[in-house]
Amino acid sequence: MATMTDPPSEGFRLSQLIYDTRYRSMTIQVVAFILIMSAFYWLANNTAQNLAALGKPINFGFLGTRAGYDINQRLVEYSNNSTHARAAFVGILNTLLVAALGCILATVLGVIAGVLRLSNNWIVARLMGVYVEGFRNIPLLLWILVIFAVMTESMPQPRDFREDGSARMILFDSVAVTNRGIYVPNVVFSRSLGGNEIEQAPVEAPVEAAPRTNAVGTYGSSRIATGGAGVDADAEQSGGPGATQTSGGNLAEGDIIPTSSGLDWLVILGVFVAGVVGARFISRWATVKQEATGVRPTGSFWMQVGAIFLPVIAVLVVLGAQFQYPQLQGFNFGEGIHLRNSLVALWFALALYTGAFIAEIVRGGILAISKGQSEAAFALGLRPSRTMNLVILPQALRVIIPPLISQYLNLTKNSSLAIAVGYMDVRATLGGITINQTGRELEGMLLLGTFYLITSLIISSVMNFYNSSVKLKER
Amino acid sequence: MNKSVFLGTLAVAGLAAGIASAQSTLEQVQSRGALNCGVTTGLTGFAAPDASGEWQGFDVAVCRAVAAAVLGDASAVEFVPTTGQTRFTALSSGEIDMLARNTTWTFSRDTDLAFEFVGVNYYDGQGFMAPRELGVSSALELDGATVCIQTGTTTELNLADFFASNNMSYEPVPIETNAEAQQQYLAGACDVYTTDASGLAATRATFEDPSAHVILPEIISKEPLGPLVRHGDNEWGDIVRWTLNGLIAAEEYGITSANVGELAAGTENPEVNRILGTEGDLGAMIGLDADWMQRAIAAVGNYGEIFEGNIGESTPIGLARGLNAQWTDGGLLYAPPFR
Amino acid sequence: MSEVHAQTVAYVRDTMLPEESPPITEAGAVKWLRDNLFSSWLNALLTIASLFIIYWVLSHILGWIVYGIWDADSLTECRAIRDSLYGEGANVACWAVLGDRWEQLLFGFYPPQVYWRPVAALLVFFLAVAPVMFQRAPKQLLYLTAAAPFLCYWLLWGGSIWGPVLVAAGFGIGYAVLKFATPVIGNLGGMIATVLVPLIYWVVLVGPLAGALDNILPIGIRSIASNQFGGFMLALVIGISGIVMSLPLGILLALGRQSDLFIINKFSVIFIEVIRGVPLIVWLFTASLLLNYFLPPGTSFDLMLRVIIMVTLFASAYMAEVIRGGLAALPRGQYEGADSLGLDYWQSMRLIILPQALKISIPGIVNTFIGLFKDTTLVVFIGLLDPIGLSNSIRATTDWNGIYWELFIFIGLCFFVCCFAMSRYSQFLERKLATDRR
Repeated sequence: MATMTDPPSEGFRLSQLIYDTRYRSMTIQVVAFILIMSAFYWLANNTAQNLAALGKPINFGFLGTRAGYDINQRLVEYSNNSTHARAAFVGILNTLLVAALGCILATVLGVIAGVLRLSNNWIVARLMGVYVEGFRNIPLLLWILVIFAVMTESMPQPRDFREDGSARMILFDSVAVTNRGIYVPNVVFSRSLGGNEIEQAPVEAPVEAAPRTNAVGTYGSSRIATGGAGVDADAEQSGGPGATQTSGGNLAEGDIIPTSSGLDWLVILGVFVAGVVGARFISRWATVKQEATGVRPTGSFWMQVGAIFLPVIAVLVVLGAQFQYPQLQGFNFGEGIHLRNSLVALWFALALYTGAFIAEIVRGGILAISKGQSEAAFALGLRPSRTMNLVILPQALRVIIPPLISQYLNLTKNSSLAIAVGYMDVRATLGGITINQTGRELEGMLLLGTFYLITSLIISSVMNFYNSSVKLKER
Repeated sequence: MNKSVFLGTLAVAGLAAGIASAQSTLEQVQSRGALNCGVTTGLTGFAAPDASGEWQGFDVAVCRAVAAAVLGDASAVEFVPTTGQTRFTALSSGEIDMLARNTTWTFSRDTDLAFEFVGVNYYDGQGFMAPRELGVSSALELDGATVCIQTGTTTELNLADFFASNNMSYEPVPIETNAEAQQQYLAGACDVYTTDASGLAATRATFEDPSAHVILPEIISKEPLGPLVRHGDNEWGDIVRWTLNGLIAAEEYGITSANVGELAAGTENPEVNRILGTEGDLGAMIGLDADWMQRAIAAVGNYGEIFEGNIGESTPIGLARGLNAQWTDGGLLYAPPFR
Repeated sequence: MSEVHAQTVAYVRDTMLPEESPPITEAGAVKWLRDNLFSSWLNALLTIASLFIIYWVLSHILGWIVYGIWDADSLTECRAIRDSLYGEGANVACWAVLGDRWEQLLFGFYPPQVYWRPVAALLVFFLAVAPVMFQRAPKQLLYLTAAAPFLCYWLLWGGSIWGPVLVAAGFGIGYAVLKFATPVIGNLGGMIATVLVPLIYWVVLVGPLAGALDNILPIGIRSIASNQFGGFMLALVIGISGIVMSLPLGILLALGRQSDLFIINKFSVIFIEVIRGVPLIVWLFTASLLLNYFLPPGTSFDLMLRVIIMVTLFASAYMAEVIRGGLAALPRGQYEGADSLGLDYWQSMRLIILPQALKISIPGIVNTFIGLFKDTTLVVFIGLLDPIGLSNSIRATTDWNGIYWELFIFIGLCFFVCCFAMSRYSQFLERKLATDRR
């Protein structure tokens, strides 16, 4: 029949752009694109005009000039003769350090508090309630300031540790808790691989722009950390033992004095990872054997433990590892690793604050698993611990992980509050002193924003990857 | 609540300062009827709001003097609190007309940051304070010390230079505000506290036992603190400069807030007459009326009165005049002639 | 009968024994203690540890708080009173600073004669959100909700009433254009006119018109510049205006992120991720240091407005994510139902989807607000005098230099009260919504 003809083949009319749904979405998008782009152009144009009027065209050259200020916590070598770019890098490492430490401690605290809040112990549950509500409802900035001040007020001063002083070091004279921070023993190697000197040269050469003449040499060498120079950034973030390789303030001169270098720690980390992989293989071999014979080979567990630890211990012995205990020298403790108060306060404040949020997430996650699940597990005869491990946790984790990721992100971003306690993070170096001394706000803020953005994107993509791997496989 | 008040706020006057056209700063201030003056968020003796919200202090007085000279009303000042980080941007973006925030006059600020320092209202220098029981009598004994510093200032650069040139090591503890630095220092988290000597004295004065702390004799830097304005409007810079000079000259010639009315009737001294506008027309040369300086002095007093009222020896801060005495008394204050 | 029975079955009791009271260990306080505090050795250990912590904390701060001095004019005076009361160097609080400065901590430098205005504005705000927050509130309050932003603005900043009234009238004009012009010039023309006419009206007409009306009929209250704002009032103003203004923007962004239109979708995603990926403090520094660069040369407007704009943009990204959660939580059938009724996109959003999605987003919005309210403390770093900024200023006066904890405790308590109340409300709402759905 003639009713089933093709649609009238009219030519394209302009009004179709608006009324025809096939084209309308295109029109809207093009209009939106043009509008947004012209807004961008407008902003960029204004900025260019304003900067031209002020005589400050965009120029990142300031990054290569001498910084001139000191940073107390340096994970890599830095002195006031280094460049602004180097200062920014030191700040970035400091930010990442406190963020990583904070995330770990926050998770521990959060899980403990979340579980204890569900405890049937009345007083403990109430106490955890007070902790969670207290930290959730008071601004983080206030907590950072308060914890910082409490730590300085309540801890003894270094001079109290003198012979006639009132304070004593704890843990067999190895750890000194003072109001300037915590001094812990450093691990040094008498037969160090000495990566410092090798890695130092190429790194320092391009950035050491304008070494000044007055007394730079002695000044630099006397103040540089015992072995921070080559510490690998990845090792820092993985919470490796070298993570807090900060200035011990001692005079690491000459070759006989035991030192530690990034290379040493890299080797140890490598051996450790290899050990873990080996343990995995042993476990797999034992499982295969068990499935074939019905009996798990005796001692496979201890073999795994051995595979992880023995090689590490062997390497430590070969390198001649020994503890370097903090000792009182002059005004302060020398030797050892100095966890500064600013780091500790910021770390604890971030961890306690985020921990309170994580506690609620954990509690919610556990409560979200219906009671029937645990009852069913008990009915199957599973012990409470296995019920927790095999039934409750795997399910609760799926509820817990996504909000946990955003808490980690929040913690990382909140570490920018370091400004309040003078912890020299990237906002304090690049976004603070550098901007202030050079007057390059636009460039500095741009770099700072980009750094945080990239960090956030990396964290969230790593965590999303993990999340999708534990996700319930639905069909 | 789905209506946005954003456009409303933009359109309604009061919030938006509006488009500043080609007007000069003086015209802007006059048409606004108020002087926007950048001050610190709080520094003992120099600027702080009192219980009724009135700003008081040594730097504040300079703002008030300028407002009195330009607008005839010492209270026509909008004080804009700025931090060490935001002060320069606030000035260069036009948010404030002048900055009186104990800012050190340095080469790069004057040239590279494009500001004009109009003079010095306080000659300061960076010093150290240490507890007496530490037994330190000179800054040269501070090798290895932990030093509390306030960030965002020239202080940290001076400190780095000082320790470097003397071959000593130190551990900086950067602190955001003076109050925190004070708390850290008192709790012993640092061995010494360093900031401008005036700040040290002001801080020490409020300690429970000031005598338990010593200010070390070394002054490691020159810190000429003064008000500043933007590059590019020299007329406005002149007004601020000569108001400050007028305050200093007033002390030299004995013009006080008490006797300014009397002296304005005419005196034997032609310089005083010129300052007070009874002779010549200096006011007209900078775009103001003849008795601009009369008003400024009547409102806040001369330099000496401002000093004594806010930070001088009669106040809890108790600073001596020192370098900030008139040149006739061996100080550095030397106002160019009003002629 | 019973006798027979008793003989045949020897062990059946025919009367109940009187109830014994439970053993002493299974009743009253002892049982409660056993159940709740000492049910296992681990629990006992935890209990003892907790009690020790509580004792330790209280023993350190209770005396300091309780014996605090309330009546003094300066810290020096406080110390003198303390020395005479408790002996030299005793460690007690000096609460007198709060007596002297509490008004400043709450209202900043707002003139004391007109403290009623911020209070009234807060009341108006509460009344305005009541119909949204509580279902039992009278629906007539919705008119107030529409007027509240203008009323609050006028109460806080003061000045002539005509400005806010005329700006509000712009929305009326827009609505009128939509209503009456659309049938005449068609849908698209109507939409464009609805946006353009009020815009032109605001930019061109409002200023002169307000001036003219003010000359004819000057109704107004004392105008307060925004640098008089401070303390908790500042935190509340920034927080509330940020959250209120971010709502429409957040809705648009959430819809954009769900949209099929490639460019719009991508721009929304980029905007949201960029804003969320960078800390608020960096945005605040941007507002303080850079925003003036982005505007036409010579423009400058005051710091508080810049901060509000930045906070609004910041909150809108978070708001978008909250609302996206609400949109995603709606069952698919709602979207399909709306489509099957033949509603176009905006109609289905306006009539079907958004009312439901927003309702289930309210707890999330409240939580966002709590976060934002706490984050307003960061404005101290750009020189706005929020409570923490004011505490620095107060310490800078010669009277109170050296005071430390008292101010922080007061500020912390105020924040705690506000945030705790809001979080309780949001939990209450969550529970209510949870039962609604089942």
